[in-house]
Amino acid sequence: MSANIIDLGDLRRILRACAGAEQGVDLDGDILDVTFDDLGYDSLAVMETASMITREYGVAIDEDALLEATTPRLLIDLVNAA
Amino acid sequence: MSRPPVVTGIGVVAPNGLGTAEYWSATCAGVSGIREAHKFDATQYPSRMTGEVVDFDAKEHLPSRLLPQTDHMTRLALVAADEALADAGVTQDTYPVLDMGVVTASTAGGYEFGQRELEKIWRSGPDHVSAYQSFAWFYAVNTGQISIRHGFRGPSGVVVSDQAGGLDAIGQARRQLRRGSKVIVSGGVDGSICPWGWVAHIAGGRMSTAGDPSAAYLPFDERAAGHVPAEGGAILVLEDAEAATARGAKVYGEIAGYAATFDPRPGSDRGPTLRRAIVNALRDAGMDSGEIDVVFADGAAIPDLDRVEADAIAAVFGPNAVPVTAPKTMVGRMFAGAGPVDVAAALLAIRDGVIPPTVNVRPARRYPIEIVIGEPRRAPVRAAVVIARGYGGFNSVIVVRAAGNT
Repeated sequence: MSANIIDLGDLRRILRACAGAEQGVDLDGDILDVTFDDLGYDSLAVMETASMITREYGVAIDEDALLEATTPRLLIDLVNAA
Repeated sequence: MSRPPVVTGIGVVAPNGLGTAEYWSATCAGVSGIREAHKFDATQYPSRMTGEVVDFDAKEHLPSRLLPQTDHMTRLALVAADEALADAGVTQDTYPVLDMGVVTASTAGGYEFGQRELEKIWRSGPDHVSAYQSFAWFYAVNTGQISIRHGFRGPSGVVVSDQAGGLDAIGQARRQLRRGSKVIVSGGVDGSICPWGWVAHIAGGRMSTAGDPSAAYLPFDERAAGHVPAEGGAILVLEDAEAATARGAKVYGEIAGYAATFDPRPGSDRGPTLRRAIVNALRDAGMDSGEIDVVFADGAAIPDLDRVEADAIAAVFGPNAVPVTAPKTMVGRMFAGAGPVDVAAALLAIRDGVIPPTVNVRPARRYPIEIVIGEPRRAPVRAAVVIARGYGGFNSVIVVRAAGNT
């Protein structure tokens, strides 16, 4: 695998820009394995986030694989494996 | 018959006041919010005057999670709903969530959001369009966002009938309450003050081209030459009367009567049907025209339409027999938001015993109605008629009445 394309810091920034932050959720906390659902992000928020990653980093993200990426760690791994 | 539903909460967002108290004090003082558009440069367009809700910073009112997914008018609607529900003291826990619904009106959906996403298509391609465009533009979006934010899962929907829609939504809310719901959040907040919305309004052919705010919107005046489009509206908490009494809620008044008619097609030999809408709403309320203390007019400011409205009012109430007012001369026409704001004003008129004025208008003598101009009028108000008409022939009328008058 080549050098990582995005890290958690990048994802936090993109999530905030695309979908804001749910009240009562600390995005700066230990969120790697918290589900997007528990972070207050629905499927549309994740889709919007993936779309911005694609635009910004030129990485195509498979839509079916995106549905399986239910946590920040899984999404970051998906992007970095692309 | 069971008691009519009551209004227990009011939230207003208007060009002359953000919040019910600010709107009402400005309106009673005759303070206008009509001015040259400042959200975009309107100097290149034939019409430049509008009513914008100024000094509104959505970040101060709403969580960041909602900002990327909402049009400006939805943000205004959410703020109005927050105010109305806080005013009513209604939360997700007041009744079972399936007994609390949301029925609002809309005319255009989220135009400003839609324009921004269209610009992205043309500048950068379809990959750049927000996933939230899928619902942010949609007519039902305010209903959906209010319902999600407050957790109300009862009967909900949206009504689209141009400016009549705000009253039609309240009529629909009343039906749902009669079918057993306890609370329906209703009314409407509208707004499409952006270039895309602006050209659509211009194409409608009814916009004022005046360059002076005080001469731009003059219903029932010889100088009437179109209206000023505006953003804003009101959200009302409608509640089952017995349930409201049982929880000791403060009550502004009853939605005592409602009726809607649709005009014959242009060129038909049948006449307009606004008079019948007023008569039917009074009949629905079980009231005589003599019991109405004030009429809130639609005020199209198109001579033919002003004539129809003035004649209908005079035919039902008698010539110059009931005070008529159009406080929307201070804010412009808010489309789906207009009727609910007038219902809010009518309820506040009942509460305070004051009829808010019509501003800037010199009533044309040819209209057989008595318009309250310039200054608010102190008078006991027990019942009011609110009229709203929509482009294409919609006529809707609501009768509001002080609670406990039956």
